[in-house]
Amino acid sequence: METIVFSLLNGVIYGLLLFMLSSGLTLIFSMMGVLNFAHASFYMLGAYFAYTISEASSFWVALIFAPILVGLVGALVEKYGLRTVHVNGHVAELLFTFGLAYLIDEVVKIIWGRNAVDYKVPELLDFPLFELFGAQYPAYRIFTLFVALAMLAGLWFILNRTRAGLIIQAALSHPHMVGHLGHNVPRIFMTVFGVGCALAGLAGVIGGNYLVTDPAMGVQMGPIVFVVVVVGGLGSLMGAFLAAMILGLLQTFAVAIDARFADIFGWLGLDATSELGSITIASLAPMIPFLMLVLVLMIRPRGLLGDREL
Amino acid sequence: MSNIATDTMISLSPSGSQKFMQRTVPLIIFAVILAVIPVFGPSRTMYSLLNAMGVNIVFAMSYNMLLGRAGLLSFGHAVYFGLGGYAAVHAMGAIEAASYGDGGFWAGYPVFFLPFIGFAGGALAGAVIGWPSCRRAGTPFAMISLGVAELISAAGFMFGSIFGGEEGISGDRMNGPEMFGLSLGPINEVYWFIAFWTFIGVLGIYAFTRTPLGKMSEATRDNPERAEFVGYDPQKVRYLVFIFAGGFAGLAGGMSAVNYEIFTPEALSLAPSGMVLLMAYIGGIRYFAGPILGAILLTYMQSMMSDYSEAWLLYLGLLFIVIVMFAPGGLAGIFGGLFRGLRGDNPAASLRQWAVQITGIVLMMISLVTLIEMSVNWSNNYGEVFEPFGMHLPHDGVLTWAVIFIPFVAGVGILRKALKNKEGQA
Amino acid sequence: MRLLSSAALAAVMSVTALSGASADTLKIAFIDPLSGPFGPTGQDGLNEWEYAAEQINAKGGINGNQVEVTGYDNKVNPKESLVQLQKALDNGVRYIAQGNGSSVASALIDAITKHNKRNPGEEVLFLNYAAVDPSFTNDRCNFWHFRFDADSDMKMEAITDWVKGQEDIKKVYIIGQDYSFGKAVAAAAEKNLTEKRPDIEIVGNELHPLGKVKDFTPYVQKIISSGADAMITGNWGADMVLLIKAAIDSGFDGKILTYYGGSRGAATAMGQAAVGQVMAIVEHNTNLEMSDAHAAYVDGYEAKYSESNYYYQRIDNAMHMLAMAAEKADSIDPVDVAFALEGMTYEGPTGTLTMRADNHQVLQPMFMSTFSDNVARGVDNGPFGWVADDAARIEAEDTRTETTCQMTRPSK
Repeated sequence: METIVFSLLNGVIYGLLLFMLSSGLTLIFSMMGVLNFAHASFYMLGAYFAYTISEASSFWVALIFAPILVGLVGALVEKYGLRTVHVNGHVAELLFTFGLAYLIDEVVKIIWGRNAVDYKVPELLDFPLFELFGAQYPAYRIFTLFVALAMLAGLWFILNRTRAGLIIQAALSHPHMVGHLGHNVPRIFMTVFGVGCALAGLAGVIGGNYLVTDPAMGVQMGPIVFVVVVVGGLGSLMGAFLAAMILGLLQTFAVAIDARFADIFGWLGLDATSELGSITIASLAPMIPFLMLVLVLMIRPRGLLGDREL
Repeated sequence: MSNIATDTMISLSPSGSQKFMQRTVPLIIFAVILAVIPVFGPSRTMYSLLNAMGVNIVFAMSYNMLLGRAGLLSFGHAVYFGLGGYAAVHAMGAIEAASYGDGGFWAGYPVFFLPFIGFAGGALAGAVIGWPSCRRAGTPFAMISLGVAELISAAGFMFGSIFGGEEGISGDRMNGPEMFGLSLGPINEVYWFIAFWTFIGVLGIYAFTRTPLGKMSEATRDNPERAEFVGYDPQKVRYLVFIFAGGFAGLAGGMSAVNYEIFTPEALSLAPSGMVLLMAYIGGIRYFAGPILGAILLTYMQSMMSDYSEAWLLYLGLLFIVIVMFAPGGLAGIFGGLFRGLRGDNPAASLRQWAVQITGIVLMMISLVTLIEMSVNWSNNYGEVFEPFGMHLPHDGVLTWAVIFIPFVAGVGILRKALKNKEGQA
Repeated sequence: MRLLSSAALAAVMSVTALSGASADTLKIAFIDPLSGPFGPTGQDGLNEWEYAAEQINAKGGINGNQVEVTGYDNKVNPKESLVQLQKALDNGVRYIAQGNGSSVASALIDAITKHNKRNPGEEVLFLNYAAVDPSFTNDRCNFWHFRFDADSDMKMEAITDWVKGQEDIKKVYIIGQDYSFGKAVAAAAEKNLTEKRPDIEIVGNELHPLGKVKDFTPYVQKIISSGADAMITGNWGADMVLLIKAAIDSGFDGKILTYYGGSRGAATAMGQAAVGQVMAIVEHNTNLEMSDAHAAYVDGYEAKYSESNYYYQRIDNAMHMLAMAAEKADSIDPVDVAFALEGMTYEGPTGTLTMRADNHQVLQPMFMSTFSDNVARGVDNGPFGWVADDAARIEAEDTRTETTCQMTRPSK
């Protein structure tokens, strides 16, 4: 029972963090076709900006301004980098962001040093909220949950209830048609890219102190973001949300399972002392996303809720 | 079927002498270069660099069979390099065991031909993994390759009996029958082994591009629907190309196994896959010789540039971005353009244009290198200061910022003007 | 840059050298990461080697020969290390120092053995200061390899010696990274605990993939619900920091016994909450009782490299033992020095060190250090540091493990 409750809670929170991280990429990818390799680097930038701002003033200021700064950086990258490469096609764009990820990592190391920085949870939220079966639950995690839900609600509202959102929605599914209708597509692209990066930055502000803020945090999160976007499906925020949740829950539940391969495939004659037989499901948990990525692309290339194939 | 058109049609296919000049001569030159290098008496460092370059040349060329020729962007090509290399290093172990034991097949197998085993291993891995991966091109292919690479590299650390755990599997190349009188002990003898297989690898990949399959891979890259219309299944074409690319990557893995006598699981991971992508792209994926240039340059940078600057990764990233943004043809494209300009109608003008552009680029480089080196020294906080040519450039010096800003502004100005002139002419 | 500055340093040194008797330099090649994610760790090691060389040069060097340490960046890649080894050989280096990554150490041991066999008269000696795979001094032991750090089995021996004295530890959870080192740590922990404290229940033994876990909370929840009152982990890098952070956030209140808690940058990431709870098995910490000379040595280092903390006492030890061996052999030829190093004892700052002749493994006192906020010398420029009381000292002899080594020695 307690395993289920905990796994549920942790899975949901981890899933929400993943969603915050990848929602921006879903927007960017659906609209511009750019699978931004540097997306997780913007997440890292968010955490570092938040660290610097919260050193100077407070966490709450950082919560608002760090994502905006990251968004500005993203918009600049789109305007002066991606747009130049755009004419050479999607592969060139992807490679550009691939190189950009290298660059951001190195620059972060130069500016903030190569060790972890002391980016702390704000004191206001630094207490155990409640205790469940002997383990404490930090208040900050629940705060994370609310920020993610607020973000989801905000995004939903903007996309479905405002004019700008409707144009973006249209551009998500029919980018060319929107251009034909006379909208300034390059500017929409720049805005969407900036907003997408800002969302990653917000995830960084929240995730940087919940996890660790160091120059490797971008690289670590990099591939898993793609998994969420691809599994969720092109053009669907709901899909990304669903995928992030499934990934979060699957991973946390798998950790709780101690079964070995030998216990499951024992009837095939697999020995518990053999190399294959002694592998536990729990030890495979972090690999599940990549297994899902490969399987989804093979079986259902449009993802869970995608409206078109990649 | 005789009509007038045939009589007046100009043959577009190259003449015999053109074929010889364009296809055979470069290969002969390549072989001669490989054969002549030892005459200069390279040092041990030079030899080990050359050997690493040989391995990377074949690896990068095999990668370009996918990216350049078939238009398939892979983030996991090192998987085939690694699996081929592991096959070879296990075979090397078998040769050692057999020559001290009761003989058998492996006792008679020369280490010199281990790259064959690598090729087989890589091709087999390509055949197994390629089947699900090659169903689609473009982004799905790239994403599957990424997922597969993550899965295989995680498995590399989990299955100790195959991959040897963190420390990998090592072997001894001085076993089994000798070929061509090479004991393969000293590094200069290994050079001949590497040179031989580098040539075979390049020749093999070149030969592949001349086959109908090689041509079809380019056709499916450019227009899959049309290729399908003509009666070729793009999926099958991609799959076959994938197997061959895996095989040649495995060949490079086999060369690497003999050269280093060790194979570790990190060889399967995302890092070398990213590196080979950089090599091929920086060299120029649209040119056959591009990846060779890229492999040579990046191998050199990796092993030697770190002596001069710890920020070499930053320079590498910058180089890559600059190539992606401004020179999609890569180094080969740049050299090719230079060469065409010199042979064109107005070599003096193009030479002048190049001189101007190079001046601009050099000025910007001075500024960037100063900025980066100064920042790295400042960031390390060891009290070291960037001191090129006896100049003292601390982070708070006026001179430092002058050296950063003035060449930058000048460089940008020159390049912009050059660009405008070019557009004006065109 | 690095080459330039160390060359300049060497030039200055050779002018000011006290003894003009011998013009030779004893060159040590430091083959470790100097760029990329592990760059900072490698750079710390290089700093300490250079500092140790500088200090010994100021006293006239080794046998009157100046010591020169040069960094070679291997990017923790075994193959790249072999290229760097060739570079070092071209520069006339006869001593190699390396520590980060057993994969690299393993590749270097193989390559050096082959080199020494194939090039008699140009032998090279390998001074291993941090690669802890026990096999290097057991079944794969080698005459050319000397280890100045305790191997992972010896460290577990020391950890469990300490656990033996802790009556209130009843249930232990073992968690580690899923690769050879993590597995070795888990096996050693299980074996040692059942021998020394049969009453302790091992309530969990878990492996997770290397460097892939982002949120350790589910693992920690499992640990807490198992009722463990101590956790043993061989994790390093982000895997360690994230695990400790998650454990503390979730209110795990037992001891966390680590191998690498003292590594660079971990203190900042762990923060106040980890104080008193996280422990690390090390051969030294900067808050031990120190002689004036040693305190001056440590402070001199930390003053010179303000961004880095004194961590590798074993580098200082290695340099001194190298000097003693060279003096004893009256030679700086690696073969003579290697023979002299066998069985050598050295009165180090923490006690007596012995280089075992049978497997080339050093025996040194170990300390089960505790993370503390009440320290004279902090780490990472912060208020935290590491302390160890007398009860936390494990004598050198107690860390001795049986060896399966059958050393083959060259003829003298």
